[in-house]
Parts: sequence; structure tokens; C-alpha cells
Amino acid sequence: MVQNKDKVLMKGNEALAESAVRAGCRFFFGYPITPQTEVSAYLSKTMPKVGGLFLQAESEVAAINMVYGAASAGARVMTSSSSPGISLKSEGISYMCGADMPCVIINVMRGGPGLGGIQPSQADYYQATRGLGHGDAFLIVYAPSTVQEMADYVYAAFDKADEYRTPVLILSDGMLGQMMEPVVLPEPKDAPTDKPWATTGTKMARKHNVTNSLYLDPQELEDTIVERQERYNKVKENEQRYDAYLTEDADIVVVAYGATARVARNAVNAARAKGIKAGLLRPITLWPFPEKILTELAETASSFLCVEMSMGQMIDDVRLSIHDSKPVNFFGHTGGIIPTPDEVLACIEKSAAGETFNVVPYKSKMKGGE
Amino acid sequence: MATTSVLLSGFGGQGLLFAGKMLAYSGLMENKEVSWLPSYGPEMRGGTASCSVVISDEPVGSPLVLEPDILIAMNRPSFLKYIGTVKPGGIAIIDSTMVEDRPERDDISFYAVPATQLAQDSGLKGLANVILIGKLVKESGCVTPESLQAAVPKCVSAKRQELVGYNMQALEIGQAQ
Repeated sequence: MVQNKDKVLMKGNEALAESAVRAGCRFFFGYPITPQTEVSAYLSKTMPKVGGLFLQAESEVAAINMVYGAASAGARVMTSSSSPGISLKSEGISYMCGADMPCVIINVMRGGPGLGGIQPSQADYYQATRGLGHGDAFLIVYAPSTVQEMADYVYAAFDKADEYRTPVLILSDGMLGQMMEPVVLPEPKDAPTDKPWATTGTKMARKHNVTNSLYLDPQELEDTIVERQERYNKVKENEQRYDAYLTEDADIVVVAYGATARVARNAVNAARAKGIKAGLLRPITLWPFPEKILTELAETASSFLCVEMSMGQMIDDVRLSIHDSKPVNFFGHTGGIIPTPDEVLACIEKSAAGETFNVVPYKSKMKGGE
Repeated sequence: MATTSVLLSGFGGQGLLFAGKMLAYSGLMENKEVSWLPSYGPEMRGGTASCSVVISDEPVGSPLVLEPDILIAMNRPSFLKYIGTVKPGGIAIIDSTMVEDRPERDDISFYAVPATQLAQDSGLKGLANVILIGKLVKESGCVTPESLQAAVPKCVSAKRQELVGYNMQALEIGQAQ
């Protein structure tokens, strides 16, 4: 087993960037934005050393279309941005879904809507898990919770993107991107070369491949969408990932992902110390959402508590997963404020007392809050 | 379950992030769980900057330190802002070249180290941050002095290892205070 002292201390953004290179990614197209900047900065230094390409595009829209081009040619390719930049990329992402192009997209979330702020947030959950662009499409969405997972899931994301021929999104946030933790980086691997659909030149030996998301014949379009849906169904069946912490005997199941899950874990430990049977279900894939385990937990838990850095978005998926069979309470902060373990503990205690609630503390004196 | 949470605060440019990294690496040398989280944003351009470090036997939950066991304050605004947040029984260390104030509470251990002056007098300008880390480790024992020394080469850029000696000197000055 690797000991902590043998690990290196790295920022989440940098560990992710290095891990992408080790996964065989050799093309990166991006446009600067806080708090993802270290991803771009790291790759601008590293890509030339490994024979790869780093390009700072003239805009996010240009960057995602360069990703589209590189993916069409069969390359392992990535782009990275933060919330407003992801909105700009959404058109290109939809095109890539429509053309079944594998790629990896990083969103280091910050406060929104609009330009919002630059502090950590989880308010892009709906955007990430509902396809991100227009049309009947989804992306596989990983939500790392540690710097180690930033490295691990970007490494896995490239394989899943190729396996299911789909863009994969890493939904991180400013806290995970900026913080340093001990990490073991994965071993370098080669990118796969067996992509018979890639537009790599026919060599006069086969019919030419076409990358396209335009189908003017409705029947043809419906056929492609239904075929893609069958792949999505396989993803839902095989790719639900989660981490269950002290959930077996839990009365109160806290559901939280990413940075918030770390805070929730502290609170669960504190609640256990007070004799409250609390547990933490941490979704690692947000799409597909880990609905199977939640359905199981609904049989034994008295209530659920969603904690998010948003006004309450993932809570919808929790309620859908358990068919509203148990109360689902909510506690959140937004705008860049990170919930504290004490706040979450207080909510676990309220849940244990049988209260139902949906709270985002409102403290602004200016607008007449408390 | 021992956990030490540290908040390092001051102006951007005083080397708080570097000092925090040195502390986090020291914890890593002892095979502990550690986290390092900087404040980021406009406050880093000449305003107040801060850095949270957690060293623990357990996986670190929230890396954001709101109520530190140990506070380092290298300027007046951060002293005033954070001195009240130190846990009772905790430690506060200030750079007394930069901060003339003293805490109005007596439930914490307080140390005033003229770190900027000491650094200047020793030809170690810019290493007041490291002097304070030496003092922090001496007073808190959150990591051993050996781990701290082992961390220095890890934190100094590979291309500038000639700076390791100066950092070691600064640590010694801090530990002698």
C-alpha cells in the first residue's frame, strides 16, 4: 500500500491536468477563466514536452470546436473551463453528442448565474446532468471529492468517453481545483488507436468517414437518437458510482457530492459521536445518478438530507430515485459560500428530531435578512 | 483522532502560501493526512491573503479553516479579522514588525515574533514567513522539527535548490525565538 509520505502534494487542477496527460491526452484547447486556470497553465508547460498540443483559442466557442475536430480525427482531447465558459461551450458539446465524439470536458464550478463570482459553487448541476446542450443528449458526469479523485476520474473519463463514444464531463469546483492534497498519479497509458470511425484519411482503402450531427430526414435522426439512447441505457446500467459511508444502519442519510461531501462527512462523524445514526451517500457519477443504491437506502432510512452549494438541484434526483417515499430535506449555500460542518450537523440533528426543512441561510442585512 | 488546523494570514506577497505548503509537506513526511487551501481572488493583489492547512490522522473533511487551532498573522488587517476566531486554548503567532496590536483575550497562547526585522537583520529578506513556521512548530509540536526540515527541499523549486540553506537558516531563527 502506498504510504502518504510517498505521495506528492498537488493542487487539484494540476493533478487533474497531469493525469489527463498520463491517460494519453495529447490535445488541449481552452480559454482562460478562474478558478480552472491551473489546468491550462499546467498543460501549456507539459504538452510541448510530451509531443502534444496546447492551444489557447480566441474564445470558448472556438476551443470546443477545436476539440470537436481533434476528436473526429480520433485523438484523446480535452478542454477545461469554469461555469460561464461551459455555457459558451454548450453548443459545441451538443454537436459532439450528436456526432458521437468522445472527449473530456472539465468544469471547475464557480458561482453563477451570469458572471456570478469566482468562489466555489455547485450550481451547474442541472446544466451538467441534463445534457448540457440542446437535444436528447446526456454526458457521463464524474464528481470528484478529493485531489486523488481529480486525478483518478479524469484518467478513467478518457476510457469511458471512448467506450461509449460520448463526451464525459468532470464536474469539479473552485475548492477542489485550488486545494492541495497528497496524491498518487496513475501510470502513463497509451491512447487507443482502434477508432474505425475516425476521419484519419481513407488511404484509398475504405469509404470515407463522416463526422456530422445534421440529419434532415426525421426517420434517420430518430434512429440515431434511439441507438444513442440504448447506449445511455447501458451507461445507466453499468456506470453508477458512489461512495457509501456508514449508511448500513443510518436513519439519516446525507446525500452530498464533491467538495460538499467532505464537509458532510465531518458532520456525519460528529453526529455519530452524539449518538445519531447518520451516514453519507456520496454520488461519484452525477449522470448516471446512483439511483439503485438510493432506492435501497430508502427502505431503511427515516429521512434524507441533501447538502449542496446551490439552491437545491441534486435534491430533485434524490427525490426521483426514492419516489418521494421518505422526506428529503435540504440545506445549501450558494454564491461561493461553503457550508460548515457545524451547520450540516445542526441539520442532521433537526432531521433526527423529525423536522422537515429546505434552508439556504439568508444573512444579507442590506436586503432585510436576519 | 488528532487534527490540527492552521490559518496563515497577511498580505499577498508575504509568502503565506509557501509557508503553508511547507507545513503541509511536513505533515506528509509523517504519513499524515493533510490539506492546503489558499484564498484566491482579487484579495491576493496587495490585499489580505490567507491559507488554510489541516494536518490530521483522519481523512481531511473540510479543508477550509474557519476556527484555527493555530493562527499566524503577518499584518494588522488579518490580525484584527482572525484573532477572535482562534479556538480557546489555541495559539496565535504574529509578526510583531508588522502588527503592534495585542489580543484582548487571554484564553490562547500568544507569541509576538519580529519576523520581518529578524529576517532583514540576518540577510534573509522575504523569509519572515519561514521564521514564523519555525516558531509555530516549536510551540505547537504539530509536526517534528525533523519533518519540517525534510519538507524544505520538497517545497523549494527543483531549479533553485540553493535556496534550501536560507530556508533552513530561517527555520532555525524561528525555533530560537
